[in-house]
Amino acid sequence: MNPGKILLVEDNPDDVALTLRALKSHNITNDVVVAQDGAQALEILFGSEGKSPAQHELPAVVLLDLKLPKVNGMEVLQRIRADEDTRLLPVVILTSSDEERDVIEGYSLGANSYVRKPVDFVEFTQAAKQLGLYWLLMNRAPPVSRRP
Amino acid sequence: MSLRDWPIKQKLTAMLVVISGLVLLLTSAGFAGYQYWSLRQATRDALSVRGRIIAANSTASLAFSNDADARELLSALRADQHIVAAVLYDKDGHVFAAYPGDVAGHAVPAAPGPDGYRFEGGLLIGFQPVQEAGSQRLGTLYLASDLEAVYDTFRLSGVIGLAVLAVALLAAYLLSRVLQGTISQPILALAETAKAVSTRQDYSVRASKLGEDELGALTDAFNQMLGRIEDQNRALRESQEELKRYATDLERRVEERTHELQERNESLRRNAAELLAANTELDAFAYSVSHDLRAPLRSIDGFSQILLEDYAARLDEAGRESLHRVRAASQRMGTLIDDLLKLARVTRAEIRTEVVDLSGMARDIAAELRRATPERQVEFAIAPGLKARGDARLLRVALDNLLRNSWKYTAKQPGPRVEFGSVEANGGQAFMVRDNGAGFDMKYADKLFGVFQRLHSAAEFEGTGVGLATVRRIINRHGGRIWAEGAVDQGATFYFTL
Repeated sequence: MNPGKILLVEDNPDDVALTLRALKSHNITNDVVVAQDGAQALEILFGSEGKSPAQHELPAVVLLDLKLPKVNGMEVLQRIRADEDTRLLPVVILTSSDEERDVIEGYSLGANSYVRKPVDFVEFTQAAKQLGLYWLLMNRAPPVSRRP
Repeated sequence: MSLRDWPIKQKLTAMLVVISGLVLLLTSAGFAGYQYWSLRQATRDALSVRGRIIAANSTASLAFSNDADARELLSALRADQHIVAAVLYDKDGHVFAAYPGDVAGHAVPAAPGPDGYRFEGGLLIGFQPVQEAGSQRLGTLYLASDLEAVYDTFRLSGVIGLAVLAVALLAAYLLSRVLQGTISQPILALAETAKAVSTRQDYSVRASKLGEDELGALTDAFNQMLGRIEDQNRALRESQEELKRYATDLERRVEERTHELQERNESLRRNAAELLAANTELDAFAYSVSHDLRAPLRSIDGFSQILLEDYAARLDEAGRESLHRVRAASQRMGTLIDDLLKLARVTRAEIRTEVVDLSGMARDIAAELRRATPERQVEFAIAPGLKARGDARLLRVALDNLLRNSWKYTAKQPGPRVEFGSVEANGGQAFMVRDNGAGFDMKYADKLFGVFQRLHSAAEFEGTGVGLATVRRIINRHGGRIWAEGAVDQGATFYFTL
């Protein structure tokens, strides 16, 4: 993964397609790596059992859905914050619901932002664009260093 | 031991002895006095008789101045040992002869005293004139007698009297010992019975009656009293037993009631648990709706938009119009889901009571509405200082819905005006949101607060029909009441209490 990548953790292929289109339509050209469930996301970030993590830098931001098969979004967030290497990694929760308890739990676990996906695709596109611009261009990412 | 504490037996005995002793003593004293007096009287009389006899016998001696004869005559007095002295005086008052012969000159009067017999210096003395019958006085005879005779008799009487007194007292004592029993016996029996009653608490015993006198009456009264006490005791015992029965009954009823309450509690607990389960289920359901129902809508809207963007050229006007309708419908459904979730949240939310500044809240909402639609000119009249106790978040939702409604329904009004204030209603304070908007027909007033109930078409005014249902739920959860007044095109007024 090259610097400035987005890790999109999303199990719904429609949402993946729509998100990718929204990002592309605003010329956010960075690569987007998609994890279809929480387990896959963790594998990408930390490597699977016995295998060392992929030899690349961490993504600039993780767009994290909450309702995921196998390992849900909150667990993924917990693992990210628990690990010394990834504890500062920007994580944006991007999900269908803005149930108060999700918002509270998300921020409690150290999410950097919480965005609800609008039903209106025009609004959704707008949101994706703003997210991309903000986290990839405006935001100064924390220094990250992987252990050898 | 004071007299008061003496046993009644002794008191009675002492009383009888003292009384009889006193009576005897007084009688004896009287008798003794009389005897003393009569003895002295008799002694004087005897001496006077003797004096007259001697005087009569001595006339010759005096007439002839024969003193030896006179002495002889006087010495005859020796026979009477009580005569201590006798003197014969001549007519000049000189001692002519004296008895006894050796009597000292100072022991007898030097000259005769006045005639007569009298007691003097512990002696009975007498001066008897000596004269011939009908002739002149020849001299005077003096006699002095001691009173030993009187005293002897008196002493004897005293001894006899004392003996009689002693015997009488003894008799009185013995008699009283016997007689006092008739008085003390019933009293002691009564006391014994009373003691038995008080120690054994047995009111069925009766004192035996020994006579028809006052003590008999006392015994009767005592027995009557015992009877009364026994009756009252029985009544008391009966009422105690009754009380005990009541108490037992009460205990049993309390137990029953407690049991009932416990069962009811149990059932309440079950209900609460069921309610909790239902709430949890509702929670899970709402959570699932929130996440899962909106995702497909996003796909429908998103891909319709993609079609419109990427394939617009291949679609005719009707096709594009259809896609627009699909998008509008999915967005409406999104709003509907959001509103329903809000309603569910209001139902589930825990009420946290605090003092809420409703006026301030209304001003915030008005400002928010103005910011969101700056092109609209709506006049807000918000009464200052309105406060209420309630859950700030929920009240905010309610007030937001009401003011937003007014904002919405005054959209077609040339001079739109929205008012927030309070009025008196049923003796309490009611808050009020009034507008001069589209209003409603009062005959549909009962449908205003139903879920999905709308009085306007979506074409006229947008809406899901959940807002007022949410408001009513919030007001109800605060224990308040909400109602509305209005007329078509005359505006609407919503009142609520908290």
